Amino acid sequence: MIRVQYFARYREALGLDGEQLAWEPGWRCLDDVRRRLLARGGAWEVLADANLMCARNQELCALDTALAEGDEIAFFPTVTGG
Amino acid sequence: MTIRVQPAAFDPGAELNALHAAQVGIGAVVGFVGYVRDFNDGRDVSGLFLEHYPGMTEKALGAIADDAQQRWPLLRVEVLHRVGALQPGEPIVFVGVASAHRQAAFEACAFIMDQLKTRAPFWKKETTPDGARWVEGRASDLDAAQRWRER
Repeated sequence: MIRVQYFARYREALGLDGEQLAWEPGWRCLDDVRRRLLARGGAWEVLADANLMCARNQELCALDTALAEGDEIAFFPTVTGG
Repeated sequence: MTIRVQPAAFDPGAELNALHAAQVGIGAVVGFVGYVRDFNDGRDVSGLFLEHYPGMTEKALGAIADDAQQRWPLLRVEVLHRVGALQPGEPIVFVGVASAHRQAAFEACAFIMDQLKTRAPFWKKETTPDGARWVEGRASDLDAAQRWRER
């Protein structure tokens, strides 16, 4: 299993703040999960956002960052704090 | 180092004074306070909601403060950020840095804010006369964070 979290504009578009996904042996990096989610179509197109940011185990990372079973990952738009 | 993420309002003056309290080796304290404005991108703003990523937020702010302490000889660092519902005019963020001399304090404070803007998982949603809207990230914030890489 992995935990996937969504925030802000993405969370609203998806109507979902997070979910558990069954681990797929072919997954190597965060982008593999993102592409699996995009294949759901409809509102999931929001994850095609050019400004998408992501995190693995609560640290910012790149989409090609390696992934492991049990990870918590997150997809979110550009941060706007401060 | 003190990292606080809280819905409650705070007093920036009290935070600034506390940074110096009882440590006479401190020669310089620099504080930054960010406030909620009542106007942004051509629209009146009547309220702001701050969403964040509990857990990651505290880690990200801690990592930024650690980076600052690696770069400059700092005696104290505080980062305080509000979350939840805010009104125009309220303080939203406080960064305070104490050091023996001013240069380190000035630079570290600017560094922390530039990094916070681009690395800490906060998202602003504004209430405007046309409804609520998510604030978009700014390229100028990325440029500001980038400039520290060259040093």
